Amino acid sequence: MLGKLGLDAFHHDIIVLGGVMTMLLASLGIIALLTYTKRWKWLYKNWLTSLDPKKIGVMYIIIGLVMLLRGVADTLLLRAQQATSVGDSTGILTSDHFQQIFSAHGTIMIFFVAMGLMFGLINLIVPLQIGARDVAFPFLNSISFWLFAAGMALVNLSLIVGEFSAAGWLAYPPLSGLQYSPGVGVDYWIWSLQIAGVGSLLSGINFFVTILKMRAPGMTLMKMPMFVWSVLCSMIMVIFAFPILTATLAMLSLDRTIGTHFFTSDFGGNPMMYINLIWAWGHPEVYILVLPAFGIFSEIVATFSRKRLFGYASMVWALGAISFLSFIVWLHHFFTMGAGADVNAFFGIMTGVIAIPTGVKIFNWLFTMFRGRIKFATPMLWFLGFVVIFTIGGLAGVLMSVPAIDFQVHNSLFLVAHFHMMIVGGVLFGYFAGITYWFPKIFGFALNERLGKYAFWSWIIGFTTAFTPLYILGLMGATRRLDHYDKSLGWQGLFAVAGVGVLIILLGIGFQILQFVVSIWQRNKNLDSTGDPWNGRTLEWSTVSPAPFYNFAVTPHVTDRDQFWADKQAKTTAAKPHYEDIGMPKNTGMGIVIAGFAFIFGFAVIWHIIWLIPLALFGIIASVIIRSTDDETEYTITAAELAKLDSAHKGQPA
Amino acid sequence: MNNSAKTVFGFWVYIMTDCVLFASLFATFAVLHNNTYGGESARELFSLPFVLAETLILLTSSFTCGLAMLAAHRGDKVKVINWFAVTFCLGIAFLSMEMIEFTKLVHEGNSWTRSGFLTSFFTLVGTHGLHIATGLLWTVVLLVQVMRRGLTPSTVKRLTLLSLFWHFLDIVWIFIFTIVYLMGATSV
Repeated sequence: MLGKLGLDAFHHDIIVLGGVMTMLLASLGIIALLTYTKRWKWLYKNWLTSLDPKKIGVMYIIIGLVMLLRGVADTLLLRAQQATSVGDSTGILTSDHFQQIFSAHGTIMIFFVAMGLMFGLINLIVPLQIGARDVAFPFLNSISFWLFAAGMALVNLSLIVGEFSAAGWLAYPPLSGLQYSPGVGVDYWIWSLQIAGVGSLLSGINFFVTILKMRAPGMTLMKMPMFVWSVLCSMIMVIFAFPILTATLAMLSLDRTIGTHFFTSDFGGNPMMYINLIWAWGHPEVYILVLPAFGIFSEIVATFSRKRLFGYASMVWALGAISFLSFIVWLHHFFTMGAGADVNAFFGIMTGVIAIPTGVKIFNWLFTMFRGRIKFATPMLWFLGFVVIFTIGGLAGVLMSVPAIDFQVHNSLFLVAHFHMMIVGGVLFGYFAGITYWFPKIFGFALNERLGKYAFWSWIIGFTTAFTPLYILGLMGATRRLDHYDKSLGWQGLFAVAGVGVLIILLGIGFQILQFVVSIWQRNKNLDSTGDPWNGRTLEWSTVSPAPFYNFAVTPHVTDRDQFWADKQAKTTAAKPHYEDIGMPKNTGMGIVIAGFAFIFGFAVIWHIIWLIPLALFGIIASVIIRSTDDETEYTITAAELAKLDSAHKGQPA
Repeated sequence: MNNSAKTVFGFWVYIMTDCVLFASLFATFAVLHNNTYGGESARELFSLPFVLAETLILLTSSFTCGLAMLAAHRGDKVKVINWFAVTFCLGIAFLSMEMIEFTKLVHEGNSWTRSGFLTSFFTLVGTHGLHIATGLLWTVVLLVQVMRRGLTPSTVKRLTLLSLFWHFLDIVWIFIFTIVYLMGATSV
């Protein structure tokens, strides 16, 4: 009746139990709070069913930040294990549990933190920056978000019901095959990623079309803000890379459920094919994450240097070059496969070449600052921290692009230090900067600067303390995913230092939480009454803060790259606005329904609950059909209503 | 930018992503097609005349789908329904033949569990079959809509998407026919 699901799925050791209790208590607390304040209807009507990309973006970011806490909690356990599991001591975790934790850490950080924050910021800002009222397909956007949420729910459910994958964040076969991973852990991994991945793919299509087809009149491609360019490149990569992930996960799932032989070691399967396929997606994926962060930094450095971005065209070409190159370097993740000297040489050189367009970007940012009147606000600090850490991490990357060197440091902590410098120093710092920078546009008040600076300094000091030892350990021969080592190696001191670093990062996260709390508490102190708190350059600052649900009462016209800056310089007095009727999408709960069925489908496949699979599938198909027959998905705001709303926002009498 | 053109453009982009999905499956087939693990190879398993008949049926369905779209742009509701009905029947015929081929292979002990080659064969061809089945379901839904609401701008837009999808599946099949069957039958 329930497939493989039995009572033993709920047996946990004390540490997992702690995690489960924390999660359940937090959820119960939220439920109680919503019930007590009678906010359920408000939540459903104003948020969950909303098709407003700004609200969807905020929901993405909330999930991303909550998952960041989960991922960091995993880090604490990993660091504690590696600092204590020496010689006779086996540390605080069992091997299997340790493996589940590092698998969950990688999976959650990439798919649910980085991707969540990225799509959150894209949803918030791209329509505003291109002078649009909405995305190309608002309902599809809601489905994307809810599929992402369903994937996130599955990952976290694995903590309570059953187990998570112990096969690493990319689940290499044959380890992830049925023979070596007979439990449900890998299936949880597959289906949470599959469901969230389809959501990301649909978002990729959505924003690609949005950027190409919905820009304000006059905004040619070369007049787009740099963040929009970076998102365009990133979405093109999503479109090319994510179908590979979908296919690869499907194949691994078939191997595990119906006995196919894609990646098995016998019957003519080929495990190395999995590793090629997953990195053909996985390498572009890290660029998908980092390009929008580059875009955010480009906006921030120009704004806070009060200069236009240096080398705009070369920035665009660099983005294009990085996007292209990202698809022809995947083999550098496994030089040791034995592809031969020629193949390794090609991929090694291509990898090294990526440093050129990336270097162009770094220099352009520095030249933008050159002779600028720099304001060291928190977003700018994140940018400066990024330049330092990303450059050091990048140099380590170029070092490893040489196959002969890679053979020495392959799978070592040197590599772990490298990619954390890229993904934390590049991606996460970028999104933190973006959240701080655009927060007032979305909520109408700025975040507390002082606490933001404390958070930044804790992060950068903690991060350097946590990862510098890993470079050294890696060169000393410590491999990644190590749950125990011999005392005579003398590694314990360095592991302890790394652990201290994580505690300092934790302090930074504490400051960030405090920053949100204090800023909301004292929001009247930091109100943004102008809509332009940073003296910004691009269109999103030309509308009021918080941006109204229709973004712009009157569609802006663009003649300049930094349109809003140009308007401010020209000091044109706004002509009396000419309002027109606009169509906005109606709210709908269908996205939740469809993703809900997808969640049930994933759960049923994971636990082999055979009868539930066709039911869930039928639910998905039926909901899509019902929605597709609905022609009344929009409502109109008349020019008169719009004029009223607009003057109310601007605080003028109608 | 009117909504209909935006949707059609978005659908083209979706088709490109589906193209990449099939490309991954083709690449897998290319890697695994010789890994028969002592079992029978493509040359011994496939009957070319049978697959040629399948191919011709699917190509014809693409043609009738084209005729239906011409009728849709003329606003001829009856012809739209008739030609899509013919397309649907041809699609059913194609899918039935594929099912017959699959059943026969499985009965002879050549299922996807037999070898890496058969794994990649069943997955590639089966994924195409799954797309065809989706297209058939979609056709039924749209035919009901057209019968009820007539040829409104939104139903015509949806028919346009369906026809794009259908022609795309036809092109994918041409590659399957060539790479899986023709090259398989002539390989040594």
